[in-house]
Amino acid sequence: MAVLEVKNVSIRYMTGDFKDIGLKEYVMRKLKGDYHVREFWADRDITFSLERGEMLGIIGTNGAGKSTLLKAVAGIMEPTKGKVKRQGSIAALLELASGFDGDLTVRENSYLRGAMLGYTRRFMDETYDSIIDFAELKDFQDRPFKQLSSGMKSRLAFSIASLVQPDILILDEVLSVGDGAFRKKSEAKMREIIAGGATTILVSHSVRQVEELCDKVLWLDKGRQIAFGGAQSLCGLYQRYLDKDLTLEQAEALTAPQAGGAPPS
Amino acid sequence: MAWSVLSPLLTLLVMKMVFTQFFGRTTPHYTTYLFCGNLIFSCFNESTGQGMTSLMSNAGIFTKVNVPKYLFLLSKNVQTLINFGLTLCVFFLFCILDGITFTWKFVLLLYPVACLVLFNIGVGLILSALFVFFRDIQYLWSVFTMLLMYMSAIFYTIDGYSYNVQCLFLLNPIYLFIRYFRKIVIEATIPTIWFHLLMTADVIIVVGIGCWMYKKYNARFLYYV
Repeated sequence: MAVLEVKNVSIRYMTGDFKDIGLKEYVMRKLKGDYHVREFWADRDITFSLERGEMLGIIGTNGAGKSTLLKAVAGIMEPTKGKVKRQGSIAALLELASGFDGDLTVRENSYLRGAMLGYTRRFMDETYDSIIDFAELKDFQDRPFKQLSSGMKSRLAFSIASLVQPDILILDEVLSVGDGAFRKKSEAKMREIIAGGATTILVSHSVRQVEELCDKVLWLDKGRQIAFGGAQSLCGLYQRYLDKDLTLEQAEALTAPQAGGAPPS
Repeated sequence: MAWSVLSPLLTLLVMKMVFTQFFGRTTPHYTTYLFCGNLIFSCFNESTGQGMTSLMSNAGIFTKVNVPKYLFLLSKNVQTLINFGLTLCVFFLFCILDGITFTWKFVLLLYPVACLVLFNIGVGLILSALFVFFRDIQYLWSVFTMLLMYMSAIFYTIDGYSYNVQCLFLLNPIYLFIRYFRKIVIEATIPTIWFHLLMTADVIIVVGIGCWMYKKYNARFLYYV
Protein backbone atom coordinates (compact mmCIF):
# COMPACT_ATOMS: atom_id res chain seq x y z
CA MET A 1 0.00 0.00 0.00
CA ALA A 2 1.58 3.22 -1.12
CA VAL A 3 1.76 5.96 1.51
CA LEU A 4 2.27 8.61 -1.10
CA GLU A 5 1.15 8.44 -4.67
CA VAL A 6 1.86 11.18 -7.16
CA LYS A 7 0.13 10.58 -10.46
CA ASN A 8 0.69 12.61 -13.64
CA VAL A 9 1.09 15.78 -11.62
CA SER A 10 1.56 18.99 -13.58
CA ILE A 11 1.75 22.37 -11.94
CA ARG A 12 1.26 25.63 -13.75
CA TYR A 13 2.43 28.89 -12.34
CA MET A 14 0.92 32.12 -13.50
CA THR A 15 3.36 34.94 -13.97
CA GLY A 16 2.97 38.33 -15.47
CA ASP A 17 1.40 41.67 -14.79
CA PHE A 18 -1.11 40.74 -12.14
CA LYS A 19 1.33 40.70 -9.26
CA ASP A 20 1.75 43.72 -7.04
CA ILE A 21 -0.55 45.90 -9.08
CA GLY A 22 -3.45 47.82 -7.69
CA LEU A 23 -6.97 48.10 -8.93
CA LYS A 24 -6.12 51.39 -10.63
CA GLU A 25 -3.18 49.91 -12.52
CA TYR A 26 -5.24 46.83 -13.41
CA VAL A 27 -8.00 48.90 -14.98
CA MET A 28 -5.49 51.10 -16.81
CA ARG A 29 -3.65 48.12 -18.24
CA LYS A 30 -6.87 46.39 -19.25
CA LEU A 31 -7.98 49.52 -21.07
CA LYS A 32 -4.66 49.89 -22.85
CA GLY A 33 -4.54 46.21 -23.67
CA ASP A 34 -1.23 46.01 -21.87
CA TYR A 35 -2.27 43.26 -19.47
CA HIS A 36 -0.48 39.99 -20.00
CA VAL A 37 -0.53 36.80 -18.02
CA ARG A 38 1.90 34.11 -18.96
CA GLU A 39 1.76 30.48 -18.06
CA PHE A 40 4.74 28.68 -16.77
CA TRP A 41 4.78 24.97 -16.18
CA ALA A 42 6.95 24.30 -13.17
CA ASP A 43 6.27 20.58 -13.28
CA ARG A 44 4.99 18.40 -16.07
CA ASP A 45 3.64 14.92 -15.77
CA ILE A 46 5.45 13.72 -12.68
CA THR A 47 4.60 10.21 -11.52
CA PHE A 48 6.00 8.26 -8.62
CA SER A 49 4.87 6.43 -5.52
CA LEU A 50 6.46 5.70 -2.18
CA GLU A 51 5.93 2.87 0.26
CA ARG A 52 6.06 3.12 4.02
CA GLY A 53 9.58 3.70 5.34
CA GLU A 54 11.08 4.62 2.00
CA MET A 55 13.24 7.68 1.55
CA LEU A 56 13.10 9.56 -1.70
CA GLY A 57 15.75 11.98 -2.83
CA ILE A 58 14.83 14.58 -5.41
CA ILE A 59 17.73 15.79 -7.48
CA GLY A 60 18.03 18.28 -10.28
CA THR A 61 19.58 21.61 -11.08
CA ASN A 62 18.16 24.93 -9.93
CA GLY A 63 14.72 25.64 -11.34
CA ALA A 64 13.96 21.99 -11.97
CA GLY A 65 10.65 22.25 -10.14
CA LYS A 66 11.71 20.43 -6.98
CA SER A 67 10.33 22.86 -4.43
CA THR A 68 7.10 23.30 -6.38
CA LEU A 69 6.59 19.57 -6.45
CA LEU A 70 7.15 19.43 -2.70
CA LYS A 71 4.55 22.14 -2.20
CA ALA A 72 2.04 20.02 -4.07
CA VAL A 73 2.96 16.96 -2.04
CA ALA A 74 2.62 18.94 1.19
CA GLY A 75 -0.80 20.20 0.13
CA ILE A 76 0.21 23.85 0.06
CA MET A 77 -0.46 24.00 -3.67
CA GLU A 78 -3.00 22.11 -5.66
CA PRO A 79 -1.69 20.45 -8.81
CA THR A 80 -3.14 21.94 -11.98
CA LYS A 81 -3.46 18.44 -13.38
CA GLY A 82 -3.06 15.04 -11.85
CA LYS A 83 -3.51 13.76 -8.33
CA VAL A 84 -1.56 13.54 -5.12
CA LYS A 85 -2.71 10.87 -2.70
CA ARG A 86 -1.32 10.86 0.82
CA GLN A 87 -1.96 8.78 3.86
CA GLY A 88 -1.23 9.93 7.39
CA SER A 89 0.13 13.13 8.83
CA ILE A 90 2.61 15.19 6.93
CA ALA A 91 5.27 17.63 8.12
CA ALA A 92 6.97 19.82 5.58
CA LEU A 93 10.10 21.85 6.06
CA LEU A 94 10.38 24.22 3.16
CA GLU A 95 12.82 27.08 3.39
CA LEU A 96 13.42 26.56 7.03
CA ALA A 97 13.61 29.84 8.83
CA SER A 98 10.44 31.20 7.29
CA GLY A 99 7.19 30.92 9.14
CA PHE A 100 8.74 31.90 12.42
CA ASP A 101 7.94 35.13 14.17
CA GLY A 102 11.06 37.13 14.88
CA ASP A 103 9.66 38.94 17.89
CA LEU A 104 8.50 35.85 19.76
CA THR A 105 10.91 33.87 21.89
CA VAL A 106 12.36 30.54 20.89
CA ARG A 107 9.95 28.78 23.22
CA GLU A 108 6.89 30.56 21.83
CA ASN A 109 8.03 29.92 18.28
CA SER A 110 8.39 26.21 19.01
CA TYR A 111 4.79 26.06 20.15
CA LEU A 112 3.66 28.16 17.21
CA ARG A 113 5.37 25.89 14.72
CA GLY A 114 4.05 22.85 16.56
CA ALA A 115 0.54 24.24 16.29
CA MET A 116 0.99 24.88 12.58
CA LEU A 117 2.13 21.31 12.09
CA GLY A 118 -1.06 20.26 13.81
CA TYR A 119 0.11 19.18 17.25
CA THR A 120 -1.75 19.77 20.46
CA ARG A 121 -0.49 21.88 23.30
CA ARG A 122 -0.19 18.87 25.57
CA PHE A 123 1.91 17.02 23.02
CA MET A 124 4.19 20.04 22.70
CA ASP A 125 4.48 20.31 26.49
CA GLU A 126 5.72 16.74 26.52
CA THR A 127 8.15 17.02 23.65
CA TYR A 128 9.37 20.58 24.10
CA ASP A 129 12.35 19.67 26.26
CA SER A 130 13.64 17.07 23.87
CA ILE A 131 13.20 19.49 20.96
CA ILE A 132 15.33 22.11 22.69
CA ASP A 133 17.88 19.51 23.76
CA PHE A 134 18.22 18.23 20.23
CA ALA A 135 18.56 21.73 18.78
CA GLU A 136 21.15 22.54 21.47
CA LEU A 137 19.38 25.80 22.25
CA LYS A 138 18.88 25.35 25.98
CA ASP A 139 20.56 28.68 26.80
CA PHE A 140 18.53 30.56 24.20
CA GLN A 141 15.01 29.47 25.11
CA ASP A 142 13.76 32.88 26.15
CA ARG A 143 15.62 34.95 23.61
CA PRO A 144 13.72 36.61 20.76
CA PHE A 145 13.93 34.45 17.68
CA LYS A 146 15.52 37.16 15.54
CA GLN A 147 18.62 37.13 17.73
CA LEU A 148 19.48 33.59 16.71
CA SER A 149 21.98 32.84 13.98
CA SER A 150 20.61 31.32 10.80
CA GLY A 151 22.19 27.98 11.68
CA MET A 152 20.43 27.97 15.03
CA LYS A 153 17.11 28.80 13.37
CA SER A 154 17.35 25.86 11.00
CA ARG A 155 18.42 23.60 13.84
CA LEU A 156 15.29 24.49 15.74
CA ALA A 157 13.09 24.01 12.68
CA PHE A 158 14.60 20.63 11.97
CA SER A 159 14.28 19.52 15.59
CA ILE A 160 10.59 20.41 15.75
CA ALA A 161 9.72 18.72 12.48
CA SER A 162 11.70 15.57 13.18
CA LEU A 163 10.76 15.05 16.83
CA VAL A 164 7.05 15.20 16.24
CA GLN A 165 7.07 11.90 14.31
CA PRO A 166 5.04 12.56 11.19
CA ASP A 167 4.08 9.80 8.79
CA ILE A 168 5.51 11.74 5.88
CA LEU A 169 8.40 14.14 6.37
CA ILE A 170 9.45 16.58 3.68
CA LEU A 171 12.87 18.21 3.88
CA ASP A 172 13.91 20.87 1.41
CA GLU A 173 17.62 21.66 1.60
CA VAL A 174 17.42 21.13 5.30
CA LEU A 175 20.30 18.86 6.04
CA SER A 176 22.82 21.15 4.43
CA VAL A 177 22.49 23.64 7.27
CA GLY A 178 24.12 23.71 10.63
CA ASP A 179 27.70 22.87 11.43
CA GLY A 180 29.33 19.52 10.74
CA ALA A 181 28.49 18.07 14.14
CA PHE A 182 24.83 18.95 13.84
CA ARG A 183 24.69 17.63 10.30
CA LYS A 184 25.95 14.26 11.52
CA LYS A 185 23.40 14.28 14.29
CA SER A 186 20.55 15.19 11.96
CA GLU A 187 21.51 12.49 9.48
CA ALA A 188 21.48 9.98 12.30
CA LYS A 189 18.08 11.30 13.33
CA MET A 190 16.84 10.92 9.78
CA ARG A 191 17.86 7.27 9.74
CA GLU A 192 16.06 6.80 13.03
CA ILE A 193 12.87 8.36 11.64
CA ILE A 194 12.98 6.16 8.57
CA ALA A 195 13.62 3.11 10.70
CA GLY A 196 10.54 4.11 12.67
CA GLY A 197 8.51 3.72 9.50
CA ALA A 198 8.18 7.31 8.31
CA THR A 199 8.30 8.08 4.63
CA THR A 200 10.69 10.88 3.85
CA ILE A 201 11.34 13.12 0.89
CA LEU A 202 14.63 14.93 0.75
CA VAL A 203 15.73 17.61 -1.64
CA SER A 204 19.43 18.16 -1.66
CA HIS A 205 22.13 19.45 -3.94
CA SER A 206 24.59 17.12 -2.31
CA VAL A 207 24.68 13.99 -4.45
CA ARG A 208 26.72 12.20 -1.81
CA GLN A 209 24.07 12.85 0.83
CA VAL A 210 21.26 11.61 -1.39
CA GLU A 211 23.25 8.50 -2.29
CA GLU A 212 23.94 7.71 1.36
CA LEU A 213 20.50 8.38 2.79
CA CYS A 214 17.94 7.63 0.12
CA ASP A 215 16.83 4.42 -1.49
CA LYS A 216 14.82 6.00 -4.30
CA VAL A 217 15.68 8.98 -6.45
CA LEU A 218 13.57 11.27 -8.61
CA TRP A 219 15.50 13.26 -11.17
CA LEU A 220 13.86 16.42 -12.46
CA ASP A 221 15.05 18.86 -15.08
CA LYS A 222 13.15 22.02 -16.02
CA GLY A 223 9.92 20.46 -14.79
CA ARG A 224 10.36 17.22 -16.69
CA GLN A 225 10.78 13.88 -15.02
CA ILE A 226 14.04 12.44 -16.31
CA ALA A 227 14.03 9.32 -14.21
CA PHE A 228 12.69 7.64 -11.09
CA GLY A 229 14.40 4.67 -9.61
CA GLY A 230 17.03 3.25 -7.29
CA ALA A 231 19.40 5.69 -5.68
CA GLN A 232 22.75 4.07 -6.39
CA SER A 233 22.62 3.98 -10.16
CA LEU A 234 20.73 7.25 -10.68
CA CYS A 235 23.10 9.20 -8.48
CA GLY A 236 25.97 7.90 -10.54
CA LEU A 237 24.29 9.02 -13.76
CA TYR A 238 23.39 12.40 -12.26
CA GLN A 239 26.98 12.94 -11.17
CA ARG A 240 28.13 12.12 -14.70
CA TYR A 241 25.57 14.58 -16.06
CA LEU A 242 26.85 17.28 -13.70
CA ASP A 243 30.40 16.53 -14.88
CA LYS A 244 29.15 17.05 -18.47
CA ASP A 245 30.02 13.46 -19.15
CA LEU A 246 26.46 12.64 -20.16
CA THR A 247 23.62 14.55 -21.81
CA LEU A 248 20.04 14.49 -20.59
CA GLU A 249 18.96 12.49 -23.64
CA GLN A 250 21.56 9.84 -22.99
CA ALA A 251 20.52 9.68 -19.35
CA GLU A 252 16.89 9.26 -20.34
CA ALA A 253 17.78 6.62 -22.86
CA LEU A 254 19.75 4.74 -20.22
CA THR A 255 16.89 4.74 -17.75
CA ALA A 256 13.86 4.65 -20.05
CA PRO A 257 13.63 1.05 -21.32
CA GLN A 258 12.54 -0.43 -18.02
CA ALA A 259 8.95 0.21 -17.13
CA GLY A 260 8.70 2.66 -14.26
CA GLY A 261 12.17 3.85 -15.05
CA ALA A 262 14.08 1.32 -12.97
CA PRO A 263 17.63 1.97 -14.10
CA PRO A 264 20.19 -0.64 -15.06
CA SER A 265 22.69 -1.37 -12.36
CA MET B 1 -3.89 47.26 24.63
CA ALA B 2 -4.48 50.38 26.72
CA TRP B 3 -4.42 52.48 23.61
CA SER B 4 -7.11 50.50 21.87
CA VAL B 5 -9.43 51.37 24.76
CA LEU B 6 -8.18 54.93 25.08
CA SER B 7 -8.48 55.81 21.42
CA PRO B 8 -12.28 55.37 21.18
CA LEU B 9 -12.55 57.33 24.43
CA LEU B 10 -10.50 60.17 22.99
CA THR B 11 -12.58 60.14 19.81
CA LEU B 12 -15.62 60.32 22.01
CA LEU B 13 -14.15 63.28 23.87
CA VAL B 14 -13.45 65.12 20.62
CA MET B 15 -16.94 64.49 19.26
CA LYS B 16 -18.52 65.46 22.54
CA MET B 17 -16.65 68.77 22.53
CA VAL B 18 -17.37 69.55 18.90
CA PHE B 19 -20.96 68.41 18.47
CA THR B 20 -22.62 69.05 21.83
CA GLN B 21 -23.35 72.61 20.68
CA PHE B 22 -25.16 71.41 17.56
CA PHE B 23 -26.93 68.21 18.49
CA GLY B 24 -26.46 67.76 22.23
CA ARG B 25 -29.25 70.08 23.29
CA THR B 26 -32.03 68.26 21.53
CA THR B 27 -30.81 64.68 21.96
CA PRO B 28 -31.37 63.11 25.39
CA HIS B 29 -28.37 61.28 26.88
CA TYR B 30 -26.17 62.66 24.15
CA THR B 31 -22.93 61.22 25.61
CA THR B 32 -24.38 57.72 25.58
CA TYR B 33 -25.85 58.36 22.14
CA LEU B 34 -22.39 59.30 20.83
CA PHE B 35 -20.71 56.43 22.65
CA CYS B 36 -23.06 53.86 21.09
CA GLY B 37 -22.07 55.05 17.64
CA ASN B 38 -18.39 55.24 18.42
CA LEU B 39 -18.28 51.88 20.12
CA ILE B 40 -19.72 50.02 17.14
CA PHE B 41 -18.00 51.98 14.44
CA SER B 42 -14.51 51.87 15.95
CA CYS B 43 -14.81 48.12 16.45
CA PHE B 44 -15.83 47.68 12.82
CA ASN B 45 -13.10 50.02 11.63
CA GLU B 46 -10.34 48.36 13.65
CA SER B 47 -11.40 44.82 12.85
CA THR B 48 -11.74 45.28 9.10
CA GLY B 49 -8.72 47.57 8.74
CA GLN B 50 -6.43 45.10 10.45
CA GLY B 51 -8.21 42.08 9.01
CA MET B 52 -7.53 43.32 5.49
CA THR B 53 -3.76 42.89 5.77
CA SER B 54 -3.91 39.73 7.91
CA LEU B 55 -3.66 37.24 5.07
CA MET B 56 -1.06 39.13 3.08
CA SER B 57 1.26 39.79 6.01
CA ASN B 58 1.31 36.08 6.77
CA ALA B 59 2.16 35.10 3.21
CA GLY B 60 5.47 33.76 4.50
CA ILE B 61 3.59 31.19 6.52
CA PHE B 62 0.84 29.98 4.22
CA THR B 63 3.21 29.55 1.28
CA LYS B 64 5.40 27.25 3.37
CA VAL B 65 3.05 25.48 5.74
CA ASN B 66 -0.31 23.96 4.95
CA VAL B 67 -2.55 25.89 7.34
CA PRO B 68 -6.18 26.97 6.94
CA LYS B 69 -5.89 30.47 5.57
CA TYR B 70 -8.81 31.99 7.43
CA LEU B 71 -7.01 31.42 10.73
CA PHE B 72 -4.98 34.61 10.31
CA LEU B 73 -8.12 36.68 10.00
CA LEU B 74 -9.82 34.93 12.90
CA SER B 75 -6.88 35.58 15.21
CA LYS B 76 -7.01 39.28 14.35
CA ASN B 77 -10.73 39.30 15.05
CA VAL B 78 -10.28 37.65 18.43
CA GLN B 79 -7.83 40.40 19.27
CA THR B 80 -10.25 43.18 18.30
CA LEU B 81 -13.07 41.40 20.12
CA ILE B 82 -11.06 41.58 23.35
CA ASN B 83 -10.51 45.30 22.80
CA PHE B 84 -14.21 45.67 22.11
CA GLY B 85 -15.04 43.89 25.35
CA LEU B 86 -12.84 46.27 27.33
CA THR B 87 -14.39 49.31 25.67
CA LEU B 88 -17.83 47.87 26.34
CA CYS B 89 -17.05 47.79 30.08
CA VAL B 90 -16.11 51.47 29.93
CA PHE B 91 -19.32 52.07 27.98
CA PHE B 92 -21.46 50.62 30.78
CA LEU B 93 -19.53 52.74 33.27
CA PHE B 94 -20.42 55.82 31.23
CA CYS B 95 -24.05 54.70 31.12
CA ILE B 96 -24.15 54.75 34.92
CA LEU B 97 -22.62 58.22 34.97
CA ASP B 98 -25.13 59.38 32.37
CA GLY B 99 -28.05 58.22 34.55
CA ILE B 100 -29.18 55.32 32.35
CA THR B 101 -31.39 52.77 34.09
CA PHE B 102 -30.27 49.22 33.49
CA THR B 103 -33.07 46.83 32.52
CA TRP B 104 -33.20 43.12 31.71
CA LYS B 105 -33.32 44.16 28.06
CA PHE B 106 -29.58 44.80 28.16
CA VAL B 107 -29.15 41.05 27.76
CA LEU B 108 -30.44 41.49 24.20
CA LEU B 109 -27.31 43.51 23.39
CA LEU B 110 -25.65 40.13 22.88
CA TYR B 111 -27.54 39.90 19.59
CA PRO B 112 -26.10 42.99 17.87
CA VAL B 113 -22.65 42.15 19.30
CA ALA B 114 -22.80 38.67 17.80
CA CYS B 115 -24.03 40.13 14.50
CA LEU B 116 -21.26 42.71 14.53
CA VAL B 117 -18.56 40.10 15.17
CA LEU B 118 -19.81 37.89 12.33
CA PHE B 119 -20.24 40.89 10.06
CA ASN B 120 -16.65 41.97 10.79
CA ILE B 121 -15.38 38.49 9.96
CA GLY B 122 -17.35 38.49 6.71
CA VAL B 123 -16.06 41.88 5.61
CA GLY B 124 -12.57 40.85 6.76
CA LEU B 125 -12.71 37.73 4.59
CA ILE B 126 -13.72 39.74 1.53
CA LEU B 127 -11.17 42.49 2.13
CA SER B 128 -8.24 40.23 2.96
CA ALA B 129 -8.87 38.21 -0.20
CA LEU B 130 -9.19 41.35 -2.34
CA PHE B 131 -6.08 42.82 -0.75
CA VAL B 132 -4.01 39.90 -2.04
CA PHE B 133 -5.11 40.72 -5.59
CA PHE B 134 -5.21 44.50 -5.44
CA ARG B 135 -2.91 46.27 -3.02
CA ASP B 136 -4.55 49.68 -3.40
CA ILE B 137 -7.78 48.40 -1.85
CA GLN B 138 -6.59 49.83 1.44
CA TYR B 139 -6.77 53.41 0.15
CA LEU B 140 -10.20 52.87 -1.31
CA TRP B 141 -11.31 51.23 1.89
CA SER B 142 -10.15 54.12 4.07
CA VAL B 143 -12.17 56.49 1.92
CA PHE B 144 -15.13 54.17 2.10
CA THR B 145 -14.99 53.87 5.89
CA MET B 146 -14.98 57.66 6.15
CA LEU B 147 -18.10 57.78 4.01
CA LEU B 148 -19.61 55.03 6.13
CA MET B 149 -18.85 56.95 9.29
CA TYR B 150 -20.77 59.99 8.08
CA MET B 151 -23.62 57.79 6.88
CA SER B 152 -24.01 55.97 10.18
CA ALA B 153 -25.53 58.81 12.17
CA ILE B 154 -22.88 58.56 14.84
CA PHE B 155 -23.14 62.14 16.08
CA TYR B 156 -26.43 63.31 14.57
CA THR B 157 -29.98 62.02 14.58
CA ILE B 158 -31.87 61.11 11.44
CA ASP B 159 -35.17 62.53 12.71
CA GLY B 160 -34.72 65.60 10.54
CA TYR B 161 -34.84 63.59 7.31
CA SER B 162 -37.98 62.60 5.44
CA TYR B 163 -39.37 59.10 5.94
CA ASN B 164 -37.91 57.83 2.66
CA VAL B 165 -34.40 58.98 3.51
CA GLN B 166 -34.73 57.46 6.96
CA CYS B 167 -35.49 54.13 5.30
CA LEU B 168 -32.32 54.45 3.24
CA PHE B 169 -30.32 54.45 6.48
CA LEU B 170 -31.59 50.95 7.14
CA LEU B 171 -29.51 49.74 4.20
CA ASN B 172 -26.39 50.47 6.21
CA PRO B 173 -25.65 47.48 8.47
CA ILE B 174 -23.43 49.54 10.77
CA TYR B 175 -26.32 51.92 11.34
CA LEU B 176 -28.54 48.96 12.23
CA PHE B 177 -26.10 47.77 14.90
CA ILE B 178 -25.79 51.27 16.35
CA ARG B 179 -29.54 51.79 16.27
CA TYR B 180 -30.12 48.52 18.09
CA PHE B 181 -27.75 49.59 20.88
CA ARG B 182 -29.45 52.97 21.21
CA LYS B 183 -32.93 51.49 21.30
CA ILE B 184 -32.03 49.14 24.12
CA VAL B 185 -29.80 51.43 26.14
CA ILE B 186 -31.42 54.84 25.76
CA GLU B 187 -35.04 54.12 24.84
CA ALA B 188 -35.30 50.75 26.63
CA THR B 189 -37.39 49.33 23.77
CA ILE B 190 -36.84 46.18 21.77
CA PRO B 191 -36.60 46.60 17.99
CA THR B 192 -39.12 44.81 15.80
CA ILE B 193 -38.67 41.27 14.56
CA TRP B 194 -38.06 42.67 11.05
CA PHE B 195 -35.19 44.72 12.37
CA HIS B 196 -33.63 41.53 13.73
CA LEU B 197 -34.14 39.71 10.46
CA LEU B 198 -32.65 42.55 8.45
CA MET B 199 -29.49 42.38 10.55
CA THR B 200 -29.26 38.62 10.15
CA ALA B 201 -29.72 38.94 6.39
CA ASP B 202 -26.86 41.45 6.16
CA VAL B 203 -24.58 39.15 8.13
CA ILE B 204 -25.47 36.09 6.06
CA ILE B 205 -24.85 37.90 2.77
CA VAL B 206 -21.47 39.27 3.80
CA VAL B 207 -20.19 36.09 5.46
CA GLY B 208 -21.48 34.09 2.49
CA ILE B 209 -19.56 36.19 -0.03
CA GLY B 210 -16.44 36.05 2.16
CA CYS B 211 -16.51 32.27 2.51
CA TRP B 212 -17.19 31.85 -1.19
CA MET B 213 -14.15 33.98 -2.07
CA TYR B 214 -11.90 32.05 0.27
CA LYS B 215 -13.16 28.76 -1.09
CA LYS B 216 -12.78 29.81 -4.68
CA TYR B 217 -9.34 31.40 -4.40
CA ASN B 218 -7.92 29.14 -1.69
CA ALA B 219 -5.42 27.50 -4.04
CA ARG B 220 -4.74 30.66 -6.03
CA PHE B 221 -3.69 33.12 -3.31
CA LEU B 222 -0.27 31.57 -3.62
CA TYR B 223 0.36 32.94 -7.10
CA TYR B 224 -0.19 36.52 -6.07
CA VAL B 225 2.29 36.89 -3.25
